[in-house]
Amino acid sequence: MISQLFVLSQRGDNIVFRDYRGEVPKGSAEIFFRKVKFWKGDEPEEAPPVFNVDGVNYIHVKVAGLLFVATTRVNVSPSLVIELLQRIARVIKDYLGVLNEDSLRKNFVLVYELLDEAIDFGYPQTTSTEVLKSYVFNEPIVIDAARLPPLGPAAMFMQGSKRMPGTAVTKSVVANEPGGRKREEIFVDIIEKISVTFSSSGYILTSEIDGTIQMKSYLTGNPEIRLALNEDLSIGRSGGGSVYDYSSSAGGGIVVLDDCNFHESVHLDSFDSDRTLTLVPPDGEFSVMNYRMTQEFKPPFRINALVEEAGPSKAEVILKIRADFPSSATANTISVQMPLPTYTTRVSFELEAGAVGQTTDFKEGSRKFEWCLKKIVGGSEHTLRAKLTFSQESHGNITREAGPVSMNFTIPMYNASRLQVRYLQIAKKSKTYNPYRWVRYVTQANSYVARL
Amino acid sequence: MVPPLPSQRSPSASPSQPSGKSEVSDLRLQLRQLAGSRAPGADDSKRDLFKRVISYMTVGIDVSSAFSEMVMCSATSDIVLKKMCYLYVGNYARSNPDLSLLTINFLQKDCRDEDPMIRGLALRSLCSLRVANLVEYLVGPLGSGLKDGSAYVRMVSAVGVLKLYHISPATCLDADFPALLKSLMLSDPDPQVVANCLSSLQEIWNLETSEEASREREALLSKQLVYYLLNRIKEFSEWAQCLVLDLVSKYIPTDSNDIFDIMNLLEDRLQHVNSAVVLATIKLFLHMTMSMTDVHQQVYERIKAPLLTLVSTSSPEQSYAVLSHLHLLVMRAPMLFSSDYKHFYCQYSQPSYVKKLKLEMLTAIANESNTYEIVTELCEYAANVDVPIARESIRAVGKIALQQYDVNAIVDRLLQFLEMDKDYVTAETLVLVKDLLRKYPQWSHDCIAVVGNISSKNVQEPKAKSALIWMLGEYSQDMLDAPYILESLIENWDEEHSAEVRLHLLTAAMKCFFKRPPETQKALGAALVSGLADSHQDVHDRALFYYRLLQHDVSVAERVVNPPKQAVSVFADTQSNEIKDRIFDEFNSLSVVYQKPSYLFIDKEHRGPFEFSEDIGDISLAADSGDNVIPAQRYDANDNDLLLSTAEKEESRGLTHNGSSYGGLEYDASLVSVASSAIPAPAQAATSLQSALAIDDLLGLGVPVEPEPPQPPSLKLNPKPVLDPSNFQKKWGQLQISSSQECSLTPQGVAALTSPQALLRHMQGHSIQCIASGGQAPNFKFFFFAQRADEPSSFFLVECLINASSAKAQIKIKADDSSVSEAFSVLFQSALSKLSVA
Repeated sequence: MISQLFVLSQRGDNIVFRDYRGEVPKGSAEIFFRKVKFWKGDEPEEAPPVFNVDGVNYIHVKVAGLLFVATTRVNVSPSLVIELLQRIARVIKDYLGVLNEDSLRKNFVLVYELLDEAIDFGYPQTTSTEVLKSYVFNEPIVIDAARLPPLGPAAMFMQGSKRMPGTAVTKSVVANEPGGRKREEIFVDIIEKISVTFSSSGYILTSEIDGTIQMKSYLTGNPEIRLALNEDLSIGRSGGGSVYDYSSSAGGGIVVLDDCNFHESVHLDSFDSDRTLTLVPPDGEFSVMNYRMTQEFKPPFRINALVEEAGPSKAEVILKIRADFPSSATANTISVQMPLPTYTTRVSFELEAGAVGQTTDFKEGSRKFEWCLKKIVGGSEHTLRAKLTFSQESHGNITREAGPVSMNFTIPMYNASRLQVRYLQIAKKSKTYNPYRWVRYVTQANSYVARL
Repeated sequence: MVPPLPSQRSPSASPSQPSGKSEVSDLRLQLRQLAGSRAPGADDSKRDLFKRVISYMTVGIDVSSAFSEMVMCSATSDIVLKKMCYLYVGNYARSNPDLSLLTINFLQKDCRDEDPMIRGLALRSLCSLRVANLVEYLVGPLGSGLKDGSAYVRMVSAVGVLKLYHISPATCLDADFPALLKSLMLSDPDPQVVANCLSSLQEIWNLETSEEASREREALLSKQLVYYLLNRIKEFSEWAQCLVLDLVSKYIPTDSNDIFDIMNLLEDRLQHVNSAVVLATIKLFLHMTMSMTDVHQQVYERIKAPLLTLVSTSSPEQSYAVLSHLHLLVMRAPMLFSSDYKHFYCQYSQPSYVKKLKLEMLTAIANESNTYEIVTELCEYAANVDVPIARESIRAVGKIALQQYDVNAIVDRLLQFLEMDKDYVTAETLVLVKDLLRKYPQWSHDCIAVVGNISSKNVQEPKAKSALIWMLGEYSQDMLDAPYILESLIENWDEEHSAEVRLHLLTAAMKCFFKRPPETQKALGAALVSGLADSHQDVHDRALFYYRLLQHDVSVAERVVNPPKQAVSVFADTQSNEIKDRIFDEFNSLSVVYQKPSYLFIDKEHRGPFEFSEDIGDISLAADSGDNVIPAQRYDANDNDLLLSTAEKEESRGLTHNGSSYGGLEYDASLVSVASSAIPAPAQAATSLQSALAIDDLLGLGVPVEPEPPQPPSLKLNPKPVLDPSNFQKKWGQLQISSSQECSLTPQGVAALTSPQALLRHMQGHSIQCIASGGQAPNFKFFFFAQRADEPSSFFLVECLINASSAKAQIKIKADDSSVSEAFSVLFQSALSKLSVA
C-alpha cells in the first residue's frame, strides 16, 4: 500500500499532493525532487524509478513532463505501484483531454477527486474511467485546443512520452462538446515501435517490433466490439517452427508474433479460431493488446554512412538514407544524428541540390551533428555530405571515435509488421447507429541505429 | 458565530511561511463573510475560495488557521464543495484535534444522508480524521456503513475499519469489526468490498500479536477462502487481483493436484497487460512449485515470453521493474535466457537505469555459446557517447572475462580498449586488466607490454592510477621503466590527492625495491619519507610499518609485502546464496529492485509476520547462551551485509539483552578492522578471500583448516554444543545444503507448538540447540545446530520451517561433514516427531 501520492512539475512544484496514511513526513516531495535532480551529482544520469531514502521508498514515473510519485514504507510490488501511477495519469488524461502541467493546474481539484476515489488509505480502489464518472463532480476545464501546437494528422501521434504515445484525440471523455451532444466515435491505433541495428556493413544485427493496439472509445452505452486481425496471424515462435521458416524465406508470408498480452476486457474465445478479439471497451484510452515480434521484416530505412579521411586533420562524412517503403506513405519529422570525434572543431554541410525542408546543425557541446528532414516520401533517397575539420590529426580510426548514426522518424499509415485490423464491428443498437470508426497505423523509430 | 478576534489566529499559522500569511488571513475573512450566505452564487464564490485554500495547502502553505471558517462554510449541499472541505479537514484534523470536533457534527449528519455517495464520502472523511479522542464517534457510523445497502458505502466502511484500527486498535477490536469484515468478505456480492475486507483484515491481523490474530491469519490462508477468492478472480479489479494472488502465493497447497488446479486457473493471468498481475502470478507459480523440480523448470520456460514482452512493450519504468525480476531469475537459471541474449542489448533511446540492468543481464547470461556475440556488442557500447554506459560496458566485459574459461579473445579486446586513447576507457580498462592478471597471471606478458605504453600522465582517476601502480610494482621485473615511473610519481607525492593511490605507491615502491634494489632505493626512500610525513593516518601508518619492517629484516619484509601469490580462482561474489534466496522469497517486491532483502531497508513495524522474519540477525537469539562461545576468528566478505546488520541491531538491543554471545561478535568486528588496515593492498582485500587468508596467515590469525579424519559410522551429539551466532551465519553462508526434506508433525506436536519456545526446549533435550527462532503461528522458522561429540569441529546446521496448520516441516541441513548428514537427518526427524504436550 502506498503512503502518499503527489504530482510534481518539471521544476519540482507540487501540483497535487495527497497523503493517504500519514506515515511519511510532509517534506517528502522536496526530498524526492532533490534526489532525482542530483542523482549522480553533475553527471547527467537519470534517477531510477524506484529508490529509498531514509526508509521511505519513492516510486515515480514520468508522464508528459510531469513526475507522478508514490511513497511507501512497506515492501510493495514496484510493478504494481508503477502501473498504478501510470493508470492514474491515464485516467487524468481521459478526464482532461490533454495531460500537461497547465491542464493539471487548472483542474487540480478534479484531480483530487480522482485521487480520493482511486486510492483509499493507500489501497487501490477503482481506476476505471467510467466507474469514476459517477464519483467525480467537477467539470473539467478543458484547455483551449487552439493554444496547443498545431496538429497534423500524424503529429497527433507524436505527443506524450515516447513509449506511450497519446492517441489522436485530445478531448475529454466526460466534457461535452460545444454542440452539446457527444460525437459517437471510436479510435483504434496500431502503433509500432521498431528497433533495428545495422552493422557497419549494412547487415541487420538485431531487429524487433514492439507494437500496441490502442483504443479510445467515446461510444455511449459501452457496446460490444469485435476486432478482427490477420486470419493467418501466428503467435509463439517456438510453437510453429516450420511455419516461421516458411514465412521468413518467403518474405511476404504470414505475420508471426513472438508473444502478446491482452487487456482485461478482451475475450479470446474466438481468437484461436478466427483471430478475432471481442471486448466491451471501457471508457477512455487503453491498450487492447501489446505484442512483440522478432520475425524478419523489411526495415523502412536503409542508412549508408561513409567516413573518409580527406587530409591529416580533415574528413568527410557521406550519409545516404533510402526510404524502403511504398511511395503511398510518407515519413515525417525525421532526424538523423551522428556523434563526431571529440576533436572536431568545424563541420560544413552540403545538402543535395533542391533540398526542401532539411536542416543541419553541428552541436559543439555534445559533439554531434543533426540532420533533420521534414518529410521523406517512400522510395526516395537523400544524401548529406559533411566536411569535418579537426583540431588534431586523427590516427586513422575516426570510425571508432564517431558514430553510431541514429535515426528518429514517424511513418503514419504504415506498419512494418503487416499486422492488420481486418474489420472493426460494433454491436448495433439500432439501424441508425453508425458511429465513426478510426483505424490508423503508425510506425515509429524506437532505436534505429547504424554502426560505422 | 465566531467573532473575528485576531488572537484566535493559531500560533502555528505558518511562521515558516511568511509569504502566505496575509493571503491566508484574507481568505479567512472572505470565507467568514460567505459562511452564512444563502445568496445566489454564494456556492460559486465558495468554490473559488475553497480552491485557493486547497491550492495553498498543496504547495505547502499552512492554511490550518482557516479551519473554523472552512467548517462554517461546509454546511452546503454542493457536493464539490463538500469534497474540498473533507479534503481540507482530513489534512489538518490531526494538527487541530480540538477544532476537528467541530466537523464531527456535520460529518455524522452526512453519514445518514439519503445519497449513498454523500454517506460514503462523509464516512471516509470521518475515519480519516486520525484524532484519537474522536474514535467514539466512529463506531456507530462504521457499524451501519458495513451493513449499508450501497456497495460504495460498504467499500468505504471496509477500509474505514482499518483506519479506525490505526487510530485505536482496542476500539476496533472491541466493536468486533474484524468479524464483521470477515463475514462481509465471504458474502458480499461486490468484489471491491471483498477486496477491501481482505486487505483490512490482512493488515489488522498482521499487526496484532494475540493468539486470535495468528488463528485469523491462518484462516486467511485456508483452502476454503483461497478457492473462494480464486473462483471470483476475474470479477476483481486488476489491483484486487494482485492482492488475491499475493495472498494465494502464501497458501500451502495440500497436494500436487491442488497446485495444478490453481495454476491452470491462473495461467491466462500471464497474458495480462498489467505487469503487476503478471508478476504476482509468476511469484505464485514459482513459490508453489518450489518442491517440484521439473514443474518448476517448466514454469521458468512458461514465464519467459510474457516477461520479455513486458520488458519491450511497456514504459521504461515498467521495463526497469520487470528487468530487475528477470535479473533475479537469471541469477538462478542463467541457462534459461542464454539464447535470448539479444533481448538485452541496449537500445539507443533507453534511459541509463534500464541500460545498466541490461548490461548486468548480459554479464549474467554470458556463457561459452554466446560470449563472442555479447562481448562484441559490449565493445560497441564502450565507444558510446554515453560515458557512464561506456564505463559500465567495459566493466561488464571484464566481469565476463573473469567468469569465463576461455578468455583469449576477451583479453585482446580489453587491450584494444587501451589503444582507443579515451581517458575513461583507459581508466576502466586498467582496473580490469589488474583483476584479470590476478586471476590469469599467464597473461601478464601480453598485458604488460600494452600497459607499459600507457603514459601515467593520462591516467588520473584514483582507481585506475592505483591499478597501474599495482601493476608497476607487481611486474617491475618485466617493465623496464617501472622504477623510473614510480620515482616520478613519488616526486609528485604532494599533488596526489587520493590516499588510495599513495598507499599503492608505497607498496609498489617496496615491491619494486625487492626486485630491482639499486634502481629503486632512492625512490623508496623518498616514498617512505613522504609517507611518514603524510597527513593521512593510513598512509602514515603503512609507511611507518614498512620502514620498521625494513629496519628489522629486509627478507622478512619481502615475505610480508611481496609473498608469492596464488592466482585468484573465484572472486568473491558480492551476495551470498543465502541473501539471494531471501530476495527470491520476496519476489515481486522492492527487495528485487534494490537487490537486498527487506530487513535491510524496511522498518520492522512495516514488515509484518506474514513475511517470514528471514534474517537470522533479527530473529530473537536463543536466550540461554550461558555457555562459552568460541571467539569468531574470521569471516569472508560474503557475510558482510548479514553481519553488519546483526551488529547494528545488537548495538541497539545490547543493553537490554546483555547476552554473552555479543562479546564474541564485537571481538570479531574489532579483529576484522585490524586485519583490513594491515593488508598491504586494500583493493585486494576488498574482493579477495585469498589475500585475506594470506594476511591472516601472516598475522598468525588464520584458523588452520584441518583435514578431517574418517568418521566412525555411529553419530553421537555433544549435549552441550557451542557455536556463536556469527559463526553460525558464516557456516550457513559457506556450506551447501546436504539434505533437504519435508516431514510431518504429529498432532500432539502441533498442539504443543503454541510458541517457538516449546520446540526449542524439546530439541535441547535431544542435544540440538536452537540458535534463532521466529515467526508466529502457524508459520515458524528455526535455526538449529548440533555438534558431534567425537568430532568437535563437525557441526550440523538446520533450517526448519514449520507450518502448524498443515503439520508439515521443511528441513534443510548443512553439515561440515556431509557424509553423516543423513544419519543426522534421521536423528533430527525422530526428535521432532517426539514433540508433544509436556
